[in-house]
Amino acid sequence: MRVIARRLFFYAVTAAIAVTIDFFIPRLIPGNPVQAILSKIQGQLPSKATIHALDLQFGVNTTASLWSQYTHYWNNVLHGNLGVSTMSYPDSVGSLIRAALPYTLGLVGVATLISFVLGTAIGAIVAWKRGSWLDNLLPVVTFFQAAPYFFLAFVAVNLFAIKLGWFPSERASNVADFPAFTWTYISDVLYHAILPALTIVIASAAGWIVGMRNVMVTTMDEDYVLIAAAKGLSKRRVIWYAARNAILPSVSGFSLAIGFIVSGSLLTEIVFSYPGLGNLLLQAVSNNDYQLMQGLFLIITFAVLAANLIADFVYVFLDPRTRQEA
Amino acid sequence: MSGDRLLEIRGLCVDYGHGPDAVHAVTDADVVLHRGEVLGLAGESGSGKSTLVMAATRLLRPPGVITGGAVRLYPAVGTEVDLLEADYDVLRVLRWSQVSLVLQSAMNALNPVMTIRVQLTDALAAHQPHLSRQDRHARAVELLEMVGINSDRLSSHPHELSGGMRQRVMIAMALALQPQVVIMDEPTTALDVVTQREILEELKDLRDQLGFAILFITHDLSLLIEIADAIAVMYAGRLVERAPASALFRAPRHPYTLGLLSSFPPLHGPRTPMTGIPGSPPDLRALPSGCVFHPRCRFAFDKCAVQAPPLAVVGASNDRLAACWLQLGDGPAPAELALREPDLTEPTASANGTQTSSGPTGRPAPTERPAPTGVPERAADHEEPVQQGSTA
Repeated sequence: MRVIARRLFFYAVTAAIAVTIDFFIPRLIPGNPVQAILSKIQGQLPSKATIHALDLQFGVNTTASLWSQYTHYWNNVLHGNLGVSTMSYPDSVGSLIRAALPYTLGLVGVATLISFVLGTAIGAIVAWKRGSWLDNLLPVVTFFQAAPYFFLAFVAVNLFAIKLGWFPSERASNVADFPAFTWTYISDVLYHAILPALTIVIASAAGWIVGMRNVMVTTMDEDYVLIAAAKGLSKRRVIWYAARNAILPSVSGFSLAIGFIVSGSLLTEIVFSYPGLGNLLLQAVSNNDYQLMQGLFLIITFAVLAANLIADFVYVFLDPRTRQEA
Repeated sequence: MSGDRLLEIRGLCVDYGHGPDAVHAVTDADVVLHRGEVLGLAGESGSGKSTLVMAATRLLRPPGVITGGAVRLYPAVGTEVDLLEADYDVLRVLRWSQVSLVLQSAMNALNPVMTIRVQLTDALAAHQPHLSRQDRHARAVELLEMVGINSDRLSSHPHELSGGMRQRVMIAMALALQPQVVIMDEPTTALDVVTQREILEELKDLRDQLGFAILFITHDLSLLIEIADAIAVMYAGRLVERAPASALFRAPRHPYTLGLLSSFPPLHGPRTPMTGIPGSPPDLRALPSGCVFHPRCRFAFDKCAVQAPPLAVVGASNDRLAACWLQLGDGPAPAELALREPDLTEPTASANGTQTSSGPTGRPAPTERPAPTGVPERAADHEEPVQQGSTA
């Protein structure tokens, strides 16, 4: 338990530092959101009152001290208030993120999970059948990982969506707004997700396969695997004894990977015009929407920290040696 | 020690790799383990000791290839099985229930992410599926107590135990199914001498209680002399000598054994200078012609470089074998290799002892050598080289 408490404290400190940095970054960037909005509504001359209202809304040009701004910011973050987007004013940053997050989690999250599970399992089997025809799988999957992803994705869209018409080529569903959880809607979303998910899995599985295979090959030479075989355990159980140990480095890798899920697979979402966080981030950057970027960075930071925290716990659960207190 | 055969390895050959670059790790090895016997397998690193038992139990890993031979197991009930021919399901049943294994480093031999309980009971669950969870637990407790470990250690992981405890757990694990043979591959090498002593004593007690046979692999010949009933010595993948432990210690018949024995100082008796063995072990890809030991042997003569000596019975008693032309009637055996054997009760043995020290003339010619059919030490397929040797 003390191990867990210490970990939690460490993550809390890291999160606090992240929030603080997030607070300072926009204050170091030239320009402010009010100017950004004013430049968008060129032509109409804004009144002094309008400008003042915007100033208040975005908290700029105030006379408040930096410290009071900082505490105010913390208060907002803790209440889930991430500000107002300048890009799609007056939508709040929170509402934009909430709209995009499920798509990213659904697409990239599920694809990453499939890729990890599938890749690790294949890696274990390839290692066990070392020297068989399965070894030929490695150069093939490595090719897909090495090929530039956008190229792979464009080829997939061109071939399967445009030429063959098997899958839709863009968007997450045929309906623009979220209607209701009906089967028609869910199956539509799944149908739209298959092709992008497939490209993600194909492009990333090689990493898991090669990683697992290499560790598994050395683990198989361990004495405890030999003993498991000498005990007359079933083949499946002997492989499990090896895989249970070999998977540990892959779990660390997976914890990093789930952190990146939330930032979205930028290229996937661009190629497939998928309305996820990656797309949102791209729009925020191209529209100089610092409020939105700030909110996104914060969410991504929290997601990476949360993912690492979970992975830490899982790792402690999986490897008893890490339970020892230093 | 009864003459009852338990495990019989005949003409086993193991290579690492294929083709001209293959390393001939084990060549034509004959080892017979009797019921309840402690047989020591000694030899320096790379002499093929571990490879021999790994191949015999079919646990050899690639690129190891078994290129010939037979390994017959005679279970307490049922008919003999050739382990090299058996299919995987037959092997699975025999493994651990008949032949179990203890390895050098228990840290590596215990699965680091599983509790002692799981590792003690997994073999029970695989071999005796009728046992309930409580039965398996009870057996695990019993096994741990047998090796002097408190049963509250069942929930521990291997890294929470000391080296000696781990090796005890490993021994308890090996005895879980009351096997006929326990193969121990350098079981005490990684331990300090005090723990080593304790574990050896425990092992002897357990053997007396349970009556299993031990194939004890080590490079430490002095250790074997204490624990083993008989000792087989390996050099460059070949068995060069086999004898009862005390006989081998007092009166070695092979120059290599003599060299090994001269490499450590006796604690009692007169001081003798330690000589060791000149040179280094041969490259297993390009072995010397004839007897593999001849380039390092100070007794070598012309024939040794030409023809490989077979492992053959030396002297009158059938439990002494050596692969050396000096003992096979071709050259005069030097005095060091013809010492009188200790404690031989048969009247012919003492006569034989005096005769050997006087030279090879009194010894029966290889073809006349008594080779009773019931005794497995000599395989018939080795007759030929002996006869060639005696006529050359």
